[in-house]
Amino acid sequence: MISTDELELLLTDLLDWYGYDFSHYSRASLTRRVDRLWNLGKFPSFAELRYQIRSDANYAERFIEGITVNVTEMFRDPSFYLALRNEVLPTLTAKPFIRIWHAGCSTGEEVYSMAILLHETGLLHKSLLYATDLNPEVLDRARRGIFSMTPLRQYAESYRLAGGTRDFSDYYTAHYGYAKFSDDFAEKMIFSTHNLVSDSSFNEFDLILCRNVLIYFDKLLQEHVLTLFDRSMGPLGYLALGSKETLKFSSLQPRYKQLNSEKIWRKIG
Amino acid sequence: MAQDWLTRPHPVVVIGGSSGSIEVLLKLLPGLRSPLRSALIIVVHRRNTADSTLSELLALRTCIPLKEVDEKEPVEAGVIYLAPADYHLLIETDFTFSLDDSEKINYTRPAIDVTFESAAGIYGSWLTGLLLSGANADGANGLLAIRQAGGRALVQKPETALVDFMPQQAIQQQAFDQLVDIDAMIAYINGL
Repeated sequence: MISTDELELLLTDLLDWYGYDFSHYSRASLTRRVDRLWNLGKFPSFAELRYQIRSDANYAERFIEGITVNVTEMFRDPSFYLALRNEVLPTLTAKPFIRIWHAGCSTGEEVYSMAILLHETGLLHKSLLYATDLNPEVLDRARRGIFSMTPLRQYAESYRLAGGTRDFSDYYTAHYGYAKFSDDFAEKMIFSTHNLVSDSSFNEFDLILCRNVLIYFDKLLQEHVLTLFDRSMGPLGYLALGSKETLKFSSLQPRYKQLNSEKIWRKIG
Repeated sequence: MAQDWLTRPHPVVVIGGSSGSIEVLLKLLPGLRSPLRSALIIVVHRRNTADSTLSELLALRTCIPLKEVDEKEPVEAGVIYLAPADYHLLIETDFTFSLDDSEKINYTRPAIDVTFESAAGIYGSWLTGLLLSGANADGANGLLAIRQAGGRALVQKPETALVDFMPQQAIQQQAFDQLVDIDAMIAYINGL
């Protein structure tokens, strides 16, 4: 198992050599993930793991992807998507153009879920979904719109619980264990790398989704990222967080009003 | 605040269980004396919906404060914490909770092994792991980690467990110091 000091050395290397700053990431989670990669790579000692990262840029890229959590699913927490469908999207219908930012989108399952909601509420044609992540590799996968069939039955059930009334399978074509989602969705998406730690605001949005990303950050970085979202938020825009994340205790709280029960806040001031 | 806990450490008990473990908790909680001198952390396998029914159900059985964990919350003695559905629960070196939604371990999230192993690294000999009834192999590796770090590993007596697969796994791996029934669990926690 990696020691506290060894972990700090690795994090310093990743910043010095590759420009990725993990210094404000939660250590408990990083420790587990580094241990996993250490075992997978069968490195006999910490020195060898460290050398591999410093000397092999390809390995370093995979290592960075491996220590960040890229788990995601379609329509996760159906009641959240139901609130988007029934309470958030109807207030955006009058807009000539809708901009949405998925920050930390990973392999894109949430972006496609959102596109399906927009399609069904008749808003997709005037929407643009910006989807960003730290890892170029997961973005490549998101761009293709191809997902494993295995969890799709569960996604279809979540879709139904999220107020979906159509046949979920109409949205994709199945092929050798994979599902390819319609290109009509991908046309409305822009995928790009963006590091919440070091990159700045790049547009003004009506809705920003960043779910289960802040849990990996310390309080300082959480505040930094929330301020970045605030600066990227149009008037009366919405901010959506994961089910255990909150604006409480942040400097944004007084200017944002939470929707009834979901982790969705609207900018009011 | 964190300094307080550094200078005044307190025992921590992490309880893990799966099917048949809620029944044990419903009998165990009423037996615990208030104020609790340790922090109690409960990790049970549950449906992955974010409902509060389980914490309400358990809170009814005790006058000790019981709550579902919020991220970054400090671990304090005298409180019973419940791991939220659909997240792994970890402990940081500053004695705060972290949540993690990475891959399921042993087909489950939260996984008992994850919390056992994380807490073992932080609390060492101040930690007790207690593994209850269940139909999954989760928890046995975590108990080994707890023992390795100098903590104690308790396992529910298989003959008293509704589903004895989980206790049996721990026993097969020699991952226990003591086998306990519900009365012994209550006496142990009250005695900390």
